[in-house]
Amino acid sequence: MSIDLSVELPGLHLKNPVMPASGCFGFGREYSRFYDLSKLGAVIMKAATKEARLGNNTPRVAETSSGMLNAIGLQNPGVHKIIEEEVPFLASYDTSIIANIAGSSIEEYELVARTFNETENVHALELNISCPNVKEGGIQFGTDLNMAAKVTERVKLASRLPVYVKLSPNVSNIVEMAKAVEAAGADGLSMINTLTGMQIHLPSKRPLLANRTGGLSGPAIKPVAIRMIYEVSQHVSIPIIGMGGIETAEDVLEFLLAGASAVAVGTANFQNPFACPDIIDALPATLATYGFDSVQDAIGKGVLSL
Amino acid sequence: MMKREKVLIESSEVIAKDTVEMVLYSMYISDVAKPGQFIHIAVEGHTLRRPISIATVDRERETITILFKIDGSGTKQLAEYSVGKELDVIGPLGNGFPVNERDGSTILLIGGGIGVPPLYNLGKLLVKEGFNVKSILGFQTGASVFYEDYFKQLGETYVVTNDGSYGHQGFVTDVMSEVGDFDTYYSCGPIPMLKAIKERLPEKHGFLSLEERMGCGVGACYACVVKTRDEQGYKKICHDGPVFTSQEVIL
Repeated sequence: MSIDLSVELPGLHLKNPVMPASGCFGFGREYSRFYDLSKLGAVIMKAATKEARLGNNTPRVAETSSGMLNAIGLQNPGVHKIIEEEVPFLASYDTSIIANIAGSSIEEYELVARTFNETENVHALELNISCPNVKEGGIQFGTDLNMAAKVTERVKLASRLPVYVKLSPNVSNIVEMAKAVEAAGADGLSMINTLTGMQIHLPSKRPLLANRTGGLSGPAIKPVAIRMIYEVSQHVSIPIIGMGGIETAEDVLEFLLAGASAVAVGTANFQNPFACPDIIDALPATLATYGFDSVQDAIGKGVLSL
Repeated sequence: MMKREKVLIESSEVIAKDTVEMVLYSMYISDVAKPGQFIHIAVEGHTLRRPISIATVDRERETITILFKIDGSGTKQLAEYSVGKELDVIGPLGNGFPVNERDGSTILLIGGGIGVPPLYNLGKLLVKEGFNVKSILGFQTGASVFYEDYFKQLGETYVVTNDGSYGHQGFVTDVMSEVGDFDTYYSCGPIPMLKAIKERLPEKHGFLSLEERMGCGVGACYACVVKTRDEQGYKKICHDGPVFTSQEVIL
């Protein structure tokens, strides 16, 4: 029996539902030395801002139990360089390209979104309103209902591409947030971004990260992601790209059952550079084991009716 | 080119305070590794790999030797692995020490603590190619000292301990006036040490190998960056380094 891994989402014809998560895969060049990126359902590029950003001081990463904290600080070469140098590289592979966009003002988000209209090779935007590691912008848009709706609306007007809004788990009611951005015109959701955390370094008796706080990712946050996707998927009709600690094909199935239509793999790439292709290879057998003959068939099947 | 490899632990031994020397069998890495490169080791139950520099390579026996300090749960677990165990490793990573000096030059190696090992591989190569090698090795205390005899075989070697319990008392910079003239230096160790060396030797041509907490180890995650004087303003330590010229980086 052949298992159909394909998924159709706004702007994205995915051959399989697996894509590397933004910020964990750069612009693909490094991992292209390990495997053919055409294997991937899509690639979500590292966040783009208007100008180049140098990010935070180091240390920027700290390991935790079953996860890690990072505070990179949206380091990137700026949207123009990304379009000139990085998008053409990724476009040489047979995979969809999603651009993650960030900014410190609504105007910056609009400008970055509009700039991506210039290239034919980007298929969707992921609107990053949930980065916990920058002083201005980022998460302040993602934790305020009105701001989140406003930036979504303005980016939708500025862009010709479908917009997936990346939600922060650092809110008291994620369902309200999801509904607000859906009402503002979002074509899809991407969730969850990292949970804000901190680690104190005993020898120095100080926060280990130079930024003090960082975003927690990895298997530690998977149950939080599953719970949030499960709740949100019942209250919105737009598709969800799920992420948070995915390491195996079984994890992917769990996300699909909770209501995600596709998934992104982040931290797992660091331990296993082949994480994405390994998961893609294992997915058909995993789906079959649990009685599904397609990815589509599994989406939302774990959600008990209200 | 980096590869993901399974390597076998051939031996593992504590050779100084909290310091483990491990010999790994790897046909591929021993064949292609250059001095100054590192490997990224997966440790079970840990989200991130551990970047550890290559101390020596034995092409005949197809082994590489690594040294690491037990400094947390990952390295503690790695130290407990026994001979015969297979490790999941990515490597060799980074660019090694560039060697393009004039024939007959005198080279000074300056290592601090667990920054000493990669200089050994480099020192062996330099001696083989006919350079004069001198070394300054700095450690916290006498119990931490290792590889002194190995470096002495390469040339004049000064050992410094912070507490004065062995060799000269103080920091590596305190014995620089004693080593005489040299043309180029290569250094690896903690950032405060590299900074002090840079300030002490502003006119000298030197190479610094940097340590930093790493994420992916291959250049994708931007966790280990260093500020640089070029237009881009930064470099990735794992991918563009870990070795840089002393002039290009801002420590």
